[in-house]
Amino acid sequence: MSVFGKFSIQTPYKRVHGLGSAGAGTEHFWKQRVTAVALIPLTLVFVVVVILAAGKDYDAARRLLGNPFVALMMLLFVGAGVSHMRIGMQVIIEDYVHEDVPKIALLVLNTFFSIATGLACAFAILKLSFGV
Amino acid sequence: MADSPVRTQRPLSPHLQIFTPYLTMVMSILHRITGGALYVGTLLLVVWLIGAASGPAGYARVQWFMGSIIGQLILFGYTWALIHHLIGGVRHLVWDVGLGFGPEARENMARLNIIGSIVLTILIWVVALIVR
Repeated sequence: MSVFGKFSIQTPYKRVHGLGSAGAGTEHFWKQRVTAVALIPLTLVFVVVVILAAGKDYDAARRLLGNPFVALMMLLFVGAGVSHMRIGMQVIIEDYVHEDVPKIALLVLNTFFSIATGLACAFAILKLSFGV
Repeated sequence: MADSPVRTQRPLSPHLQIFTPYLTMVMSILHRITGGALYVGTLLLVVWLIGAASGPAGYARVQWFMGSIIGQLILFGYTWALIHHLIGGVRHLVWDVGLGFGPEARENMARLNIIGSIVLTILIWVVALIVR
């Protein structure tokens, strides 16, 4: 018997997919929470890193950001961050933009922006780490 | 479908501007606004990291901007948005496990959020100015 009880009107086909009427299920809802939990400690580490880097010269900043632990934490922060912000912005767009064409255009731009910023940060962190 | 007579004659529920603002409502709006601000603020992180990865000259330009009055104001706003959204996120996670819905709990959490974000933001900047 399904979790919806024996009076569920869902067909067995719908039930095995478990994705609801939107067809996407709770994937975004859950991912938003997982990234949120990850971002609690990662944001605190990020703040400490920025405090340590503030006002320092180029060599000191490069050494700090090139430190393996710092670089890994920054990569995790950027990864969880852009994933979290992409879902958040998608919710905002879907709440306020109802016409299909502008909505889809903004959703695509949201994806582009999130991936571009994430990749730019990750590339810079890796370049600093490998010291080229 | 949208202009069928049945739809257009339906009564509409009052929209946001009908209600007198109250604390938890303001905090909900602030959570979304700070989230949107942090989305754009990711560009600051890109500029900082790419600047550091591009060499001493690039990093000097980034430091000049971040150190200017406008840069410092933007960074201060970013810090507050980050901390406010972080605490607000924890508030949401508390709600997700089914706690904090009581009339007192939700008001107290909202107050803690706004006061905590201001205090922590100032604290972070004081520490950053001492450490540098």
